[in-house]
Amino acid sequence: MKQIRNFSIIAHIDHGKSTLADRLIQATGLVETRDFRDQLLDTMDIERERGITIKSQAITLPYVDSEGREYALNLIDTPGHVDFSYEVSRALASCEGVLLLVDAAQGVEAQTMANLFAAMEHDLEIIPIINKIDLPSADIEQTKEQIELDLGLDSDLAILCSAKEGTGIDHVLEAVVDLIPPPAGSEEDPLEALIFDAHYDPFRGTIVSCRIFSGHVRPGDTIRLMYNNATYRVEEVGVFRLAREPRKVLSAGEVGYIISGIKTVSDTRIGDTITLEKNPAPAPLPGFKEVKPVVFASIYPVASDEYRSLVEALEKYKLNDAALIFQKDSSAALGLGFRCGFLGLLHLEIVQERLEREFDQSLIMTSPTVQYRFELTNGEEVTVDNPIYYPDPATISKAFEPYIRASIMIPERYMGAVMELCLERRGTNSQFSYPSTGRIEIQFDLPLAEVIYDFYDRLKTVTQGYGSFDYDLLDYRESDLVKLDILLNGEKVDALCQIVYREGARARALHSCNRLKEEIPRHMFKIAIQGAIGGTIIARSTVNAFRKDVTAKCYGGDITRKRKLLEKQKKGKKRMKMVGSVTVPQSAFIAILRSDDKK
Amino acid sequence: MDGWFDGLKREVLYQKDLLGRFDSLYLGGGTPTFLNTKMLEQVMASLLDHFHLTPDAEITIEANPCDITRRKADALKALGFNRINLGVQSFNDNVLKFLGRRHSSENAENAVGHLRSAGFKNIGLDLIYGLKAQSMKEWIVILKKALSFQPEHLSCYQLTLEKGTVFDRRSRQKNMITLPEKTAAAHFLATSSFLENKGYIHYEVSNFARDERLESRHNLKYWSHTPYLGLGPSAHSFDGKKRWWNIRSVKKYRSALNEGRLPIEGRETLTKEQRHLESLALGFRTRRGVDLESLDATSEKALVMLQKQGLLKIINGRAVPTRRGYLLADHLPLCFSP
Repeated sequence: MKQIRNFSIIAHIDHGKSTLADRLIQATGLVETRDFRDQLLDTMDIERERGITIKSQAITLPYVDSEGREYALNLIDTPGHVDFSYEVSRALASCEGVLLLVDAAQGVEAQTMANLFAAMEHDLEIIPIINKIDLPSADIEQTKEQIELDLGLDSDLAILCSAKEGTGIDHVLEAVVDLIPPPAGSEEDPLEALIFDAHYDPFRGTIVSCRIFSGHVRPGDTIRLMYNNATYRVEEVGVFRLAREPRKVLSAGEVGYIISGIKTVSDTRIGDTITLEKNPAPAPLPGFKEVKPVVFASIYPVASDEYRSLVEALEKYKLNDAALIFQKDSSAALGLGFRCGFLGLLHLEIVQERLEREFDQSLIMTSPTVQYRFELTNGEEVTVDNPIYYPDPATISKAFEPYIRASIMIPERYMGAVMELCLERRGTNSQFSYPSTGRIEIQFDLPLAEVIYDFYDRLKTVTQGYGSFDYDLLDYRESDLVKLDILLNGEKVDALCQIVYREGARARALHSCNRLKEEIPRHMFKIAIQGAIGGTIIARSTVNAFRKDVTAKCYGGDITRKRKLLEKQKKGKKRMKMVGSVTVPQSAFIAILRSDDKK
Repeated sequence: MDGWFDGLKREVLYQKDLLGRFDSLYLGGGTPTFLNTKMLEQVMASLLDHFHLTPDAEITIEANPCDITRRKADALKALGFNRINLGVQSFNDNVLKFLGRRHSSENAENAVGHLRSAGFKNIGLDLIYGLKAQSMKEWIVILKKALSFQPEHLSCYQLTLEKGTVFDRRSRQKNMITLPEKTAAAHFLATSSFLENKGYIHYEVSNFARDERLESRHNLKYWSHTPYLGLGPSAHSFDGKKRWWNIRSVKKYRSALNEGRLPIEGRETLTKEQRHLESLALGFRTRRGVDLESLDATSEKALVMLQKQGLLKIINGRAVPTRRGYLLADHLPLCFSP
């Protein structure tokens, strides 16, 4: 029987994970060179463009070692962003080992560390790989030193490779076979299969990616999803090659898929355990968590008559993204829409981009917010993820906001700038460590709300791109919050209101007013943009009226031209929203969060 | 020139029965006074032979002050023209030079004199203002000079630079020669109030008439969607629903006609929505305004708002632009949906 190795590649973003995966796929001959596309596992356009993996994917690679022994190498690709850390943890739980990829020019980064910890938590065999050794700026010795000191791994074991050039790939494959232990688990025990991902297929329904820990599953079996106790009859099992490849059975140790008439991805939970109805496992596999959104925003169709189409797009989108939650929402300014919960800012951007690109929606997205908690004077506790529902301030006895533990890794010279940024963002409880010469890891407790407010951009700016950032959710802490209203010509615009920290309210209000001033086109009248807390105006900006907009001549030949211009302007106006008498472009609703130095 | 005329004569034959009787004839687009009297005679003969004009028809010719001698003025009168549109542009020689005109302020003054002597009782003067180099005071001096001739009609065009014009090429930055928006608006309003105080009716964005009957019949047709027929290279025509325009190049215009084809370069048939949009755009440029009946129920809010802002007035069931409304005439249609 073939031997099995289950492994994953973990790396900081841009350290070459997808390229290495591509090379491994090529080297094992699974795909002919001529059929090859870059970043084979990143099937979505958006993944290729951004160079990140959003969904987990698995692929079974055939491999024959130098002594002729056959192996099935299961490569489980993991999402490369902190928003998806739970998905990563479930993918890692399905492996026995990982390839920890470090860019020879960049060295160890925050996510390298975070990934390493995650791998260690799962007791995985860790093989350090130094990638991009072909770069002129590659510093192998320094990277080795970081692996030794920052990561505490034996740098002598590190494999040198250039995934781009294809050098060192054979060594990587040998190490996978030699160093990563084969899966344990008995075929005789009851079925325990860990769901680490699920995809929606319009013809087959939900295709569950899973790792079999014990027992086996065959077409015709009745399986039970242990979290919600739903049962399904298995239609097909198999492994992932370039396409799905059906098998008669999936047994302990293997990685593959199960198709069993599950309608939507949301009917499954990543991390749930699949067992057999007849001979069930006594308990689910450990580590299951229900993922909860941490960032919230509303989306509205630009044109109100596109609401139905948005409903359909969201429902379709949701088939493949269980992490997105949404419910009906309505705004006086923007009409009917949806309040959505996201795993993080990246997730939010992905959802927005895919809805617009793949589902052809024109959306208005409001500025994202976190979930606040309020203790009211009557003893009640309320959770608010939409500033519109900010409780009457007179009834609030205590307010709480979520905190994260941020860990930022930077070259030492940026320490001052990053400290300043974190303190400005209400960071507390700072800790520093110097994992290796010239590099520093700064940890801070930060309010999540400050992080979703252009923190990444600012960090990138102050560290000139050298800062890397990772975080864990901590807890809720008491805070002094106020609701900031934005008024256009005296009229409150609900879709623009924000919950902000009292001390920073004036600065935030001014920022919002100035951003809106840039976004809102001139009208035939002056537009006053105001920021207010309660009845008090704390910031103001003005969009001046245009005074003259008429051409001197309009005779025979001018009329068609003028009409065409008007038609174009009318079309443009349809992509804007009327707020009272003010026409507000789509972009304005999210612009209030954008930083000043980014145009 | 002969080629153009040969073409025109043929085009006349093609189009003579298209629209019934005409109450306005306008020879213009460029300055046809450039043609010698004999040529003009032939043009007019060919037109009058084939088109029926009403007895009270307005018959206008666009004239360049350089071309108007006493003899020419008499000849024009004899040819049946009863209205002259004189391209004076300015009564300031520096301005004329700047605009690249071949005539002088003196030429203009003389031309008006000749026309009056020849018996013309309906003279319109074209003026340009809104140059950066010209103060409001200097402009008013020019206006006063114009008024000293008691013109029946005045067109005051505020300088706008369109892409590809000489001005655009000469000064890359149009800021160099045109007024900033705020000042341009002030000059516009001052011009309007100055001329209205002198008894002129500001009946279209750039047009003033001493009397309601002296409003240019020709111009009004454009703005009220009345059918008109244009002849000659790049002339535009409209039959109430369709619009078409002739080939620009004289050579191609002529060869099309020689080959027995209409020299049409492009055409469009207006949809109901397009007609409506145009009627708003054109209506808000004139003091006739827009018929409230043509606006749908959703326009009520916009109407109220625009009245409050002092941009529109309701007069006899029509939404009529105010002086400030004229300034934003190109934007007003956008306030009305759909």
